[in-house]
Amino acid sequence: MYSCADLKKGIKLMINNEPHVIVQFDFTKPGKGQALYKCKLRNMITGALFDRTYRSGESFEPASLVERDMQYLYKDETGYVFMDQKTYEQTSISEEVLGDDKYFLVDNMEVKVLLHGERGIGVTLPIFVNLRVTQSDPWVKGDTAAGHNKPATIESGYTLQVPGFVDEGVLIQIDTRTGEYVTRVKE
Amino acid sequence: MIEQNWALARKTNKLTERARIVADIRAFFASRGYLEVETPHRIPANAPEPYIDAVSSGDWALHTSPELAMKRLLAAGYEQIFQICRVWRDGERGQYHLPEFTLLEWYRTGIDYHELMTECTELLYVLVPERKLTRQGRTIDLTAPWQQLTVSAAFSQYASMSLDEALVSDRFEEILTTEVEPHLGKARPTFLTEYPTCLAALARTKPGEPQVAERFELYIDGLELANAFSELTDPQEQRSRFEADEETRRSTGKSPYPLPEKFLNELATMPEAAGIALGLDRLVMLLTGAVNIDEVVAFTTDEL
Repeated sequence: MYSCADLKKGIKLMINNEPHVIVQFDFTKPGKGQALYKCKLRNMITGALFDRTYRSGESFEPASLVERDMQYLYKDETGYVFMDQKTYEQTSISEEVLGDDKYFLVDNMEVKVLLHGERGIGVTLPIFVNLRVTQSDPWVKGDTAAGHNKPATIESGYTLQVPGFVDEGVLIQIDTRTGEYVTRVKE
Repeated sequence: MIEQNWALARKTNKLTERARIVADIRAFFASRGYLEVETPHRIPANAPEPYIDAVSSGDWALHTSPELAMKRLLAAGYEQIFQICRVWRDGERGQYHLPEFTLLEWYRTGIDYHELMTECTELLYVLVPERKLTRQGRTIDLTAPWQQLTVSAAFSQYASMSLDEALVSDRFEEILTTEVEPHLGKARPTFLTEYPTCLAALARTKPGEPQVAERFELYIDGLELANAFSELTDPQEQRSRFEADEETRRSTGKSPYPLPEKFLNELATMPEAAGIALGLDRLVMLLTGAVNIDEVVAFTTDEL
């Protein structure tokens, strides 16, 4: 069982016998009072999002899901399509169910697909992925302040803050746990 | 190719501002005759707060606040003292929480909590000479008088239930954070005052109103910034409140703490005084426009 101390973004819980994933998490504690654990949860089967606030002392059943090694193929009208490279079986995960993980899929990437019965309901991404910057304004010359940053959009449509020296077309490494820039990738 | 640690480098501006704020705070208290003190971080016993867990360090613990040591200084005759120090609270991590964070505490004899409200205002005047803060496009006017609102009135005004109903149903914190706090300190800072005595273990009760304590919390832009009270100076009363809090800890399955006996003994010689603990990291957040506490410290525990 999980306790409140185990709750964080990405943790998967069983609620009413259905797997849920925490997509946003915050800890609050007013004054000298009891701690509250505020979660935004996504039902991994329906994709529905809702808020729940838990208090110390509550416990949670971890969602133990079967994982299968699969390769990400492409996106079509059914959603994001993955294939088992041994059996050639395919499964498609809808955009709602996949959530923000869709931003970090790279063609032909190997991921672990989480299964509910035969159906794919999510993925476990590698911690670091490499994606290309498709849009970012040039760095203003002369602005040499340490840690200068600017927004950049990557090939999946996701926007994040990057250092000023990262130009369009550059391949960057992103931490999928935080969605933040890590480093440029040498090609 | 090893790149400079950009996540750290980009904090330069905020860390520079932080250093200036800390220097200004020290100058403010020095100009008012406060003595800066340092008390040990590693101590035998913290105050047995029901909902604050210490980080243990061998047989002892890291302090969760310098409060008890600073009150022993008051009891020994020090009249005006302040301290800026790291404190540790186990398991507290969120947008506004770090398990290791910085407190500014100050204590003064011969005053009550009302005078601390004035001092909070004057401190902010020094730190923000233009007396205006801009947060996400909104302006907060820091000019006195700041709003004073009792906890009970705040619940009547903003919450779906009364303070008494929230206490009886054990939903005080939930209603406070979700329904009340978002309204506090929006146009001007708010002092939320007169806490129920059961929520103020080290505060003096209000004369003629034993059900409320002379305690306030300062809110700016919905963010809880400081906790203050007129100090309880009755050793017997203090001991029985500690014992009650110990009982709460035990009944909720938490490890009991040894009672701070030296503090309890010396409290008998402590004069009337008031004291306040202000979250320095949160103050820096407010003054620098930070959204997350991670932005105003060089390293969080996750980054070590």
